[in-house]
Amino acid sequence: MLILTCPCCGVTAEETEFHPGGEAHLTRYGPGSSDDEFHGYLFEKVNPKGVHFERWRHANGCGKWFHAARCTVTLEVFGTYSAQTTEPPQHIKDKISAKRPGWSWREFA
Amino acid sequence: MSEAVSALNRASRDGFVRVEECGLQGMVSLRGDLDSAKLAKAVTAAAGLDVPETGRILASEGRSVAWMSPDELLLIGPYAEAEPMRTALDTELAGEHALAVNVSDARAMFRLSGRDADVREVIAKLCPVDMAPGVFEPGRFRRTRMAQIPAAIWMPEPGEMRVVCFRSVADYAMTLLGNAADKGGEVGVFA
Ligand SMILES: [Zn+2]
Repeated sequence: MLILTCPCCGVTAEETEFHPGGEAHLTRYGPGSSDDEFHGYLFEKVNPKGVHFERWRHANGCGKWFHAARCTVTLEVFGTYSAQTTEPPQHIKDKISAKRPGWSWREFA
Repeated sequence: MSEAVSALNRASRDGFVRVEECGLQGMVSLRGDLDSAKLAKAVTAAAGLDVPETGRILASEGRSVAWMSPDELLLIGPYAEAEPMRTALDTELAGEHALAVNVSDARAMFRLSGRDADVREVIAKLCPVDMAPGVFEPGRFRRTRMAQIPAAIWMPEPGEMRVVCFRSVADYAMTLLGNAADKGGEVGVFA
């Protein structure tokens, strides 16, 4: 079972209290972008075995969006953090490095 | 004027816990900056209470203020007081980036009563919330999932729980709570 802690209200609950929002830290290419950029934004999601970054919404709770760093194999959650950022904060990256040395995900490591 | 009625008009069901729909309740949703002194003053003017801390509910003299989210409170009181509460908030918050809405007729409230362990068990059957004594206690306010609907729960005192949900799903909520409280369905997990 995936257990998440919402950083907005502090509640810890299993995943049915939340709603997944897909891959985190996407660049939203829109008007003016190239076809390749727009195609990549729409379709080229990563599907890693291991460390992954996602957006979640506390849909049945405080209603707020946040980010989660977790392992897709073990469902271990390394940490959750604010939605108002374009990259994982250092303390989250440090937590992942402590448990999965040498990890990388897109441009982050 | 038409006569206002609550969703289930005080329907009740008796099992190992009693489940009642509470009838008409005054509820005002307030969104704004919960850290602002002006908002705190407005809440005190409207309900006579302070702004609760994260995940908490404050109650006094028939009024309650619950923490709904980082930018939302729910003020609860008698049905006839909802409009005066909303007006007081609007007056106090003039010029602020805030919104007060009377949602009394858009919500339903339920009261569960019985032995403390039994009341905890009925909620624990339906919500992914740790209802163990010492974990969930009076003063906590929790928005969560109750089977297939969103709900908010709190414990005014041991042996009593309150549940708020959308009015449109009041019948579903009553059936859920009633079934979970049916005699013969006791698990005794907190006994
Ligand atoms: Zn939350």
